[in-house]
Amino acid sequence: MTAVPLPYRVTANRPESADTRTIELQPVAEALPVFAPGQFAMVYAFGVGDIPVSVAGIDGSALTHTIRGVGATSRALCAVRAGTQVGVRGPFGTGWDLPSAAGRDLIIVAGGIGLAPLRPLVREALSAPGTYGRLNVLVGARTPADLLYRSELDGWGHPYCGVTVDRAGPEWTGNVGVVTALLDQAAFDPHDTTAFACGPEVMIRAAARELLHRGVPAQHIRISLERNMHCATGHCGHCQLGPLLLCRDGPVVAYDRAKPLLTVREL
Amino acid sequence: MKDTGILAAIPEGPRERLMALGHEMSFPAGTRIFEEGGRADRFWIIHTGGVNLDIHVPGRRAAVVETLGAGRLLGWSWLCPPHQWHLGAEATSPVRAWEFNAAEVLELCERDHELDHALLAYVIEVIGRRLRAARTRLLDLYGPYGSGSPG
Ligand SMILES: Cc1cc2nc3c(=O)[nH]c(=O)nc-3n(C[C@H](O)[C@H](O)[C@H](O)COP(=O)(O)OP(=O)(O)OC[C@H]3O[C@@H](n4cnc5c(N)ncnc54)[C@H](O)[C@@H]3O)c2cc1C
Repeated sequence: MTAVPLPYRVTANRPESADTRTIELQPVAEALPVFAPGQFAMVYAFGVGDIPVSVAGIDGSALTHTIRGVGATSRALCAVRAGTQVGVRGPFGTGWDLPSAAGRDLIIVAGGIGLAPLRPLVREALSAPGTYGRLNVLVGARTPADLLYRSELDGWGHPYCGVTVDRAGPEWTGNVGVVTALLDQAAFDPHDTTAFACGPEVMIRAAARELLHRGVPAQHIRISLERNMHCATGHCGHCQLGPLLLCRDGPVVAYDRAKPLLTVREL
Repeated sequence: MKDTGILAAIPEGPRERLMALGHEMSFPAGTRIFEEGGRADRFWIIHTGGVNLDIHVPGRRAAVVETLGAGRLLGWSWLCPPHQWHLGAEATSPVRAWEFNAAEVLELCERDHELDHALLAYVIEVIGRRLRAARTRLLDLYGPYGSGSPG
């Protein structure tokens, strides 16, 4: 982990949806330590600012990020051109810790941009057949046009990859409804399942409630809380949620720890 | 897997009496199972396959508002006036389901209060769940802060 950002070259920038792009980065010289799925980087758009962004792909020292342009910095990062440079600090945060779920069924619940940090987790699980039980990937998006990684989703369907949207046009032949409804189709033994969820907090709470209802223990539900953060090193307190500093103790937290904090009106 | 559908919601005794009234049906993909405004005199419990619920949009293809999968109740408009479907339903894949005649079930419920209570509680739970899902979808769920204010 470095205090100053290391320069990374943008090697690709492709659209995912109207407001979301995936960028690929290669270290210009020195590389950061290897990231684990679920961890995040502070990515610096020179002259604009830096923001926390999860790793959406890890290939040796190369990093992939999927960024939704919502404000000045994220929009600047969406606009970076191949060949230009950005600054990167990291790795930060707790990560999904997939290996500790060895032998268990896996349920991955993603909403919107929340699929980005879960993508390397799905890839890690797919690359180790036999290590984990059944892999279920449940993806929700607002409309079909908002779906990320469309070309990859088909390859994730072992035994189940379900995609649902809130609003569908006539061209859509898939599911319509909330992402939690896809649990009906998933194949898992709740007591022997580890679930991973990322997305808007409303969705995370709904997913956790439904998983608990079906018998998945709270300590085996891991969620990623992407509250806004600033220093990413546990000093500034910007990302404090109750006793947790999410940049250090999170973003991935087990639901038995997170639940009491998520139900408080404002913290 | 823990069942969260009708099998879990209704105790064994009344459930068996209810299931004795059902018969298995199958619908090929693309079948219109019922139409908006039609008489709601039946309901189904989906065994396998998927069903889209849709709303008629004049001059255009019906807009799909929800997909139901295995274990789910298809149709509750039979339970209360005006006993008309307020949505249409279409099989999105080959569907196997138990079909129930609403009049027969309601008649049994008049004599079988245990079933009456359990079935009503189940249908209310289903309606509550769908209402919650619909309300959640009113939010820009996947946008920053799920359309709540960042405070
Ligand atoms: C650990 C972590 C991982 C993240 N991973 C990703 C990722 O992989 N891809 C991605 O696109 N975004 C990710 N985010 C969110 C991203 O950091 C914010 O969108 C970004 O900080 C916004 O900065 P800005 O300067 O562009 O916009 P600002 O001007 O700061 O904000 C623009 C709007 O976005 C809202 N906003 C800011 N931060 C967040 C947030 N964390 N969650 C929801 N709304 C926010 C603001 O309130 C405002 O309404 C992550 C956040 C965290 C904490």
